[in-house]
Amino acid sequence: MIGFISYLVNGISLGSVYAIIALGYTMVYGIAKMLNFAHGDVIMIGAFVVFSTVSGAGLPPVVGVLISVVACTLLGMAIERIAYKPLRKASKLAVLITAIGVSYFLQNVALLIYGANTKSFTSVVTIKPISLAGGSLVISGETIVTVIACIIIMIGLMTFMKYSKSGRAMLAVSEDSDAAQLMGVNVNSTIAMTFAIGSALAAIAGVLLCSSYPSLTPYTGSMPGIKAFVAAVFGGIGSIPGAFIGGILLGVIEILGKAYVSSQLADAIVFAVLIIVLLVKPTGLLGKQIQEKV
Amino acid sequence: MKKALSLLLVGAMTLSLAACGNSSKDSAATDSSTTEESTTTEAADTESEGNGGAAFKIGGIGPITGGTAIYGTAVQNGIQIAVDEINAAGGINGYQIEYNFQDDEGDSEKAINAYNTLKDWGMQVLVGTVTSAPCIAVSEETHKDNMFQITPSGTAVECVQYDNAYRMCFSDPTQGTESAKYIGENGLATKVAVIYDSSDVYSTGIYEAFAAEAANQPFEIVSVEAFTADSKTDFSVQVQKSKEAGADLLFMPFYYTEASLVLAECNKQGYEPVFFGCDGMDGILGVENFDVSLAEGLTFLAPFVAKSDDEMVQNFVSKYEADYGETPNQFAADAYDSVYVVKAAIEAAGATPDMSVSDLCDAMVGAMPSVTYDGVTGKSITWTADGEPSKAPLVVQVVNGEYTEL
Repeated sequence: MIGFISYLVNGISLGSVYAIIALGYTMVYGIAKMLNFAHGDVIMIGAFVVFSTVSGAGLPPVVGVLISVVACTLLGMAIERIAYKPLRKASKLAVLITAIGVSYFLQNVALLIYGANTKSFTSVVTIKPISLAGGSLVISGETIVTVIACIIIMIGLMTFMKYSKSGRAMLAVSEDSDAAQLMGVNVNSTIAMTFAIGSALAAIAGVLLCSSYPSLTPYTGSMPGIKAFVAAVFGGIGSIPGAFIGGILLGVIEILGKAYVSSQLADAIVFAVLIIVLLVKPTGLLGKQIQEKV
Repeated sequence: MKKALSLLLVGAMTLSLAACGNSSKDSAATDSSTTEESTTTEAADTESEGNGGAAFKIGGIGPITGGTAIYGTAVQNGIQIAVDEINAAGGINGYQIEYNFQDDEGDSEKAINAYNTLKDWGMQVLVGTVTSAPCIAVSEETHKDNMFQITPSGTAVECVQYDNAYRMCFSDPTQGTESAKYIGENGLATKVAVIYDSSDVYSTGIYEAFAAEAANQPFEIVSVEAFTADSKTDFSVQVQKSKEAGADLLFMPFYYTEASLVLAECNKQGYEPVFFGCDGMDGILGVENFDVSLAEGLTFLAPFVAKSDDEMVQNFVSKYEADYGETPNQFAADAYDSVYVVKAAIEAAGATPDMSVSDLCDAMVGAMPSVTYDGVTGKSITWTADGEPSKAPLVVQVVNGEYTEL
């Protein structure tokens, strides 16, 4: 029983990281209607910025994380401005290929600057682990921080979308960008803002990911990025609570699958569940059925 | 429209997965830049070329760009040092060596291209290739051409399946078997847990031989957990299962990047077994910012330790450090030894450079059973007819944050 709870805790911890990354995917998809495959690599850049500032320059972790959030926000906006904005009217495939290109570009820039050798990331979390049931169940500080951060971010985003002016502008753009423009919403700056928020989340996700799993290479972001994309689809891409639920479920299924079925088949199980969900509910768990007008 | 979107999503996922698969190839590209200038080295003595190729032409193949560039570069440098030493000391049987190294990016097809390039150049003996899959592909070609081949680091069994091919390193099964024997004979543990990479030939090969030999040893394998290339971030389950099984030794037949994560996870869960690895652990102390206290006590079998009192090793290490500014790893050491083995075989056969590739190969293969070699990766090494070296592995342990030979 303790074993099961322990697996569950690990699953929720991993799932929370997926969820934070998935929130970034889902926001950009919901509003700009594009799959930003470079998102996973922005995570990696965020982690490298913290690595340089905290482990390299010796700044306090909080400052390092703030610098990383600012750097990733600027990076996200720059990518949007340079790589995606000129393609706003182009076909979806062209934008997708560009996103993959940006992903490679970021990986190779990191490779040039930091080299291919693995770096060990020092956790920025200093909270002591909680030991329950006589030491047989240990909940690490990273887990606690990750789960709390994930919940705060989700609630914060939902509040922002619902009550703030720019949040409602985002909703309007996501439903019909032409109509929103007619109503006086600046579509371009709304999209730029979406990228800024998504990239800031990526920086936080990168720090939390590498604090829990302390190995950092230029390719660190790519696999969690893909998994988080799956989580976003799983929960219903475009939906904020959907990304949260999808992320947590994905993490829990992955860990429980590893623990009770087979450690080799964990990924196969995750994707099998995804296929079943999409067969039953093609828009994902919380996805909205939007009528396409032809 | 929905169909189009779902098709797009499928396409996107396929593309991105493909992107993941390929991306690792480029990871070490930057490491090769420092060594590119030494790709081709003409022998010091070029005058003798007038009498019809009176120099032995040794070719090398390995990845000097791409994800495994660290290994290929080490091999390239290791060969270079040996060639320079031999040429300075008067060559083989009085003939100088010419050396040419070609990049294969760790790819089988490019390795064949590199082999053909070297054949056009006039290669007579091949030292290579560095990684297993290209090595198997190239060994088909050398077998066809009957060219003498010695791989410094191709560990897969099939690398030396033909009579003309030899190996300098341990094969994967040898490592697994030797590890199991060492653990059993020294009574390191009674209950052993294994975590291995089921998507990697190297890791799987070691694990299978380890499991087979474990049946003859006084310990029990209580837990076997795997991971794959796509899910090597989270090791919480594998570590927890090993802990729950009550294992007092954790066998880790994989590379140091993953090992650093496993060690961190064990520390997080307060699990302190004996850690036992394979030669892929070589390098763990070089991981930047790594808390070396996590690796304290980690034991592994390796062919070579740079911090050794042995005179040959010290000579090699100091030359390598002077020329390339870093401490040589086992790949460099195996490559260095490979060239000397070629020299020993040619000398034992009394061969000359004017022999045809095939005649030279037959002469060298005929002489190999009589070769006993003392090098930096072992002493009194002999070869079986299968091309496998018989040498005792060194036992290396991390003590006070340094590799120490036991």
